[in-house]
Amino acid sequence: MSIPAIESIYLPTLAWISKVETMTATEKFYTVELPRGQSLGHKPGQFVQISLNGIGEAPISISSSPSRSNGKFEMCVRKVGDVTTALHNLGEGAQIGVRGPYGRGFPVEQFEGRDILVAAGGLSLAPVRSVINQIFDHRKKYDRFIILYGAKNPGELLFKEEREEWKKRSDVEFLETVDKGTPEWTGNVGVITTLFPKITVNPRNTVAITEGPPIMYRFVLMELLGKGIPEDQIWVSLERRMKCGVGKCGHCQLDHFYCCQHGPSFNYAEIKGVMEAL
Amino acid sequence: MSLKIINKSDLMPFVANMMGEYEVIGPVANDIGFKFATLTDASQVRLNYNTTVIPPRKTLLPTQETLFSFQKDMLAPTFDMKWRVLLGVHTCDLHAMCMLDEAFARGQPDTHYMKRRATTTIVSMECLDTCDENSFCKSMNTLTATSGFDLHLIQLGDFYAVDVGTTAGEALLANHAKSHEATRAEIALLDKTMSQKWSKFPVRLHLDGKDLPALMGVSYKSPLWEEVGKRCFGCGSCNIVCPTCYCFDVRDEVSMDGKSGERYRIWDSCQLDEFARIGSGENFRKTHAHRLRHRFMRKGKYIAEAFPGHQGCVGCGRCARACLVDITPVGVWNSLRQDHA
Repeated sequence: MSIPAIESIYLPTLAWISKVETMTATEKFYTVELPRGQSLGHKPGQFVQISLNGIGEAPISISSSPSRSNGKFEMCVRKVGDVTTALHNLGEGAQIGVRGPYGRGFPVEQFEGRDILVAAGGLSLAPVRSVINQIFDHRKKYDRFIILYGAKNPGELLFKEEREEWKKRSDVEFLETVDKGTPEWTGNVGVITTLFPKITVNPRNTVAITEGPPIMYRFVLMELLGKGIPEDQIWVSLERRMKCGVGKCGHCQLDHFYCCQHGPSFNYAEIKGVMEAL
Repeated sequence: MSLKIINKSDLMPFVANMMGEYEVIGPVANDIGFKFATLTDASQVRLNYNTTVIPPRKTLLPTQETLFSFQKDMLAPTFDMKWRVLLGVHTCDLHAMCMLDEAFARGQPDTHYMKRRATTTIVSMECLDTCDENSFCKSMNTLTATSGFDLHLIQLGDFYAVDVGTTAGEALLANHAKSHEATRAEIALLDKTMSQKWSKFPVRLHLDGKDLPALMGVSYKSPLWEEVGKRCFGCGSCNIVCPTCYCFDVRDEVSMDGKSGERYRIWDSCQLDEFARIGSGENFRKTHAHRLRHRFMRKGKYIAEAFPGHQGCVGCGRCARACLVDITPVGVWNSLRQDHA
């Protein structure tokens, strides 16, 4: 009797941090290089498990779009737990483990021909950026493009250079706001929902993608539904505890859905009755 | 496949013969009842056991299992390399393991579980009487099994009828046991025993297990969850003793010199406070009531719907025995049934 050789699905691929940028007091932005010849092959909205031997694993959203991820990918990491704290202490050239990509991303091909409305709050601009840049890189395939972005204060706004570029572009309507301003801040002040009266949408032709802290969803969804966007044209991404990433360990369950399998990107029509979802 | 007979006096030699080639895990007596353990002597096995505290799923999903070890930059996956016979599995636990097979094979197959499953031969055992006042296998339709085993034993006086379920079981029997084809008289005794056994099992649940998903579907907002939630200690004993629970945590351990270590998985419990808490501190199931509801939803609805043909509860009664405050599936489901009668 012989036992066939098998691979562990929990074994990470070894990769390298090729670039680290400090974004805010709590967020760092990493470019991760995969071994030669390997590509992540992800969809916008998917995530990876980042692994540090001896510390553990943490689920991290992929911030780069598939269109800009050849042999590498980007991620924005907030320092909150053991793994992310250890990650913040690593510099360029450090080795990390990667598993994935996992989960269901946003089906951007299905959105072709539509107006796209993105509403992101706080750190969630990082994962949503994977969709934003994918759309920019195939801009002709989509109709209008609106991005709404809100953060607690100007110091927490992410991706400064890219936001400056979006403000200059004529093919995107970009609005940003902060909950609380500073003396230097000259832009909008107020929560993200205060941006909605400033935009007009063609609801039947609009696909909305929203992602933010748990508290944000209820209010943004009310705005989106209030504009008449059909439920099945609204997409959200949900954050849950994830250990395995492959629908086994049970931590990410929201009612009968496994967030790591059925999500993290969900269609609102699918989850509106799911009590543990929103 | 076929029906064979092993004389009672030939059973111990069968067990001893298997032990020569396999790790044989079976029910043995301990201080508080029975447990599944690796046999070191064939005479240790207690096939007439009523139930075990921990279900035999620990053979397929050990309480703690190394996934890989690491040394500096080197990663080496760790796989269990033993061939095993899991002996004396009651049919409630067998049904549970068939569900686990589906759960771990679905989507991206869990290679560690699949490997253990592929090297484990299951010899199950028919219960001819109810084990105690907590089991409700009759309502869950698990008090017998016609598939899922490699061999299935039914004790009939001074011999065992052996239902051969797979070619692996057939080979195990041919290589290690003295058996013969069942005679007409032996088959007649088997049929009679099987017909008579059903009346010995009481009906404790006031609905059929097949109707649980529908009941749970209308019970999400029941006040019962707050009621039982007030009693629950959130200790997680119900998860640990459950044959269909399979949630796990993944952790790292490092050697004292910090140069090597391993990543392992360990049984986890959805009743513990931190189970659904994320890095930022948000907890998606904050109260005992929410966590209990989630557990009962999984047992009564989610698993049955995710894996058609399987159930999230097999009626073994272990969680009822383990619960310190007498929260039982029969009590909860009968109460919900009454509310929706």
